[in-house]
Amino acid sequence: MSTLSIRNLHASIGNQAILRGLSLEIPQGEVHAIMGKNGSGKSTLAKVMAGHPDYTVTAGEVLLDGQSILDMEPDVRARLGLFLAFQYPIEIPGVTIANFIRSALQARLPEGEELEATQYYAELYSKMDELSIPRAFTARSVNEGFSGGEKKRCEILQMSMLKPKYAVLDETDSGLDIDALKIVSSGVNALRGPSVGMLVITHYQRLLDYIVPDKIHVMAAGKIVLSGEKDLALKLEAEGYDWLDEHAGIEKLK
Amino acid sequence: MDPLTSSTIASKIDIDRSVGDFRYDVDYAFDAGVGLSEATIDYISEVKKDPDWVRAFRKDAYHKFLKMPMPTHWATKDLENIVFDNIRYYLSQGQAPKRTWDEVPEDVKRTFERLGIPEQERKYLAGVEAQFDSEAAYSNIKAAVGEQGVIFVGSAEGLKEHPEIFKKWFGKVIPTGDNKFSALNSAVFSGGSFIYVPPGVKVSHPLQAYFRINAQNFGQFERTLIIADEGAEVTYMEGCTAPKFETATLHSAVVELVALKGAKIQYITVQNWSSNVFNLVTKRGLAHEDAEIKWIDCNIGSRLTMKYPGVIMKGRRARGEVVSIALAGDGQHQDTGAKMVHAADETTSNIISKSISLGSGRSTYRGIVHIPKHLKKCKNNTECDALLINATSRTDTYPAITVRGQGHSVQHEASVSQINAEQIFYMQQRGLSEAAAMSLAVNGFVNDLVQQFPMEYSVELKRLIDLEMEGSVG
Repeated sequence: MSTLSIRNLHASIGNQAILRGLSLEIPQGEVHAIMGKNGSGKSTLAKVMAGHPDYTVTAGEVLLDGQSILDMEPDVRARLGLFLAFQYPIEIPGVTIANFIRSALQARLPEGEELEATQYYAELYSKMDELSIPRAFTARSVNEGFSGGEKKRCEILQMSMLKPKYAVLDETDSGLDIDALKIVSSGVNALRGPSVGMLVITHYQRLLDYIVPDKIHVMAAGKIVLSGEKDLALKLEAEGYDWLDEHAGIEKLK
Repeated sequence: MDPLTSSTIASKIDIDRSVGDFRYDVDYAFDAGVGLSEATIDYISEVKKDPDWVRAFRKDAYHKFLKMPMPTHWATKDLENIVFDNIRYYLSQGQAPKRTWDEVPEDVKRTFERLGIPEQERKYLAGVEAQFDSEAAYSNIKAAVGEQGVIFVGSAEGLKEHPEIFKKWFGKVIPTGDNKFSALNSAVFSGGSFIYVPPGVKVSHPLQAYFRINAQNFGQFERTLIIADEGAEVTYMEGCTAPKFETATLHSAVVELVALKGAKIQYITVQNWSSNVFNLVTKRGLAHEDAEIKWIDCNIGSRLTMKYPGVIMKGRRARGEVVSIALAGDGQHQDTGAKMVHAADETTSNIISKSISLGSGRSTYRGIVHIPKHLKKCKNNTECDALLINATSRTDTYPAITVRGQGHSVQHEASVSQINAEQIFYMQQRGLSEAAAMSLAVNGFVNDLVQQFPMEYSVELKRLIDLEMEGSVG
């Protein structure tokens, strides 16, 4: 039951169908990667799982440890243990990182219980050190004026503080230079373990040199068209995505 | 991304003013009755045992009030909904303010206890005055502060016991006929504080007044006069609440500050009136050479607030500052701003205003900055930022900056922003409810200003904003 399970998911924005029958199973303890061309629906999948209001689910279900989450508000899904590292993290002016993460943790406590501040800061600082985030950052507004790399590190910091059961990383490698990519990857790898399932969405195989997935799925036209092991990423890197269109056609005929 | 539509959010934001929204029955010994006439003024003068000059001052003001038109040619027409004949102008239990809480009548005391005033006094205040409807029920300063020669009493006591200081400045910063509501206040004023800080004395902790309206159809007209003598420093804080009544209530105060050479006055207001109070207040300070007057003003609640704290910089190098936060909830109008009158060389003024409008709330910024031709090296900085929460929320900005002559430096910035749905989604994805996310974003917007309030008030302010943003979610 400890699995994030996506079954025959169809979703659209406006009148345009983007996800067309996507199924995927991510057990806790595993890291799965989704690759695919731009426009294949990778980011839509991430947003639909998290409950973005712009998308309408027209069929299918998403089960978190057996519990259907599609009728839940985004914050309820988050508190159940679903985390999304955004491709484009949002700026929240005037709200400091320390205050933001603290509020998010506080929201997970039962009514009337207060987060223990000393312990919180000790943990925050040690995680920041691991991600090479200067301590002065705690006083900066969330994502405001951050470089691309700082934003991504801040996403991983939030993930490590919130300790989700399932984490979806949407193009976390985009906009990162190689040093930042290494820092972010080692941050993600540090979180790997039996109690978390991860779905890493990426366009480039480069990221998968650093975060080695247990399984790779290829997405095209709103569904998974191929699943395999690490060598699949290398094939995609070498041959591009075009051969998949044909493959997708074959899949459809089955 | 579109701003959040009213349908998604308005239903989730219910104005919760539960903190101040309670009322205990109280017996009044003195009641001027309903409506305003010369007889009302005589009644008030007699109950308060006014000296003759005060009675004459009131009568003169009353006639000015009658003659002056409502300022609806520039202000909101909602002012016309004030029915002066339906208001009660004086209500009291007829007792002198007590020096200890034990002496305060039980029915009044429990109100202030519920609002936490005695506790705050013990913790961090140098003195407290607690006004209940027309008169102070309690007034006391800590012995150490009194021994420095600081006077902190009600206005009635001030004008009787310290006429030599009181009369010199009373009505001088804000003339009776400054506007219709300052005239009304001058006619029927009761309550408010009189503070005098002797030369060189720096009052280390804030003095606080708390204004409570308890009666329906009532008008509260306190009058405050604060004088900081040469080199003196004082911080004054005021808080206000009233229960939610079916009918409109009027609060119309006049506050005059005088900072003599090198003195500093900081005046902090956290207002949380219930949503049917007309809050029409005139506040102005006179800053002499090298003096500094700073108004820190937070307006939450009320039906309509019109308040433009001002500083007249009369002496060389005087400084004036207004920092204000306004939150206009559904059906409310916060019409606030600042007046900066430069009347000497090298004077500096600074205005920072942030407003939040939610639901059908409306916030208006009005500012006047006046630098005349004959002066040299004056500076003004004005920043006003508005945040709109719903598609139905409204904000207006009317800055009037008149700068003549050369060698002055003036800067004006204004912005309007919205909390967008992507921000809310991002915060919700981290586990915060929609309402908590809105609260956090709004607190973030005013965060830099909230930090200018003393600690205890900034915590209170954050709580009030959270309350406003919360509601039926969950």
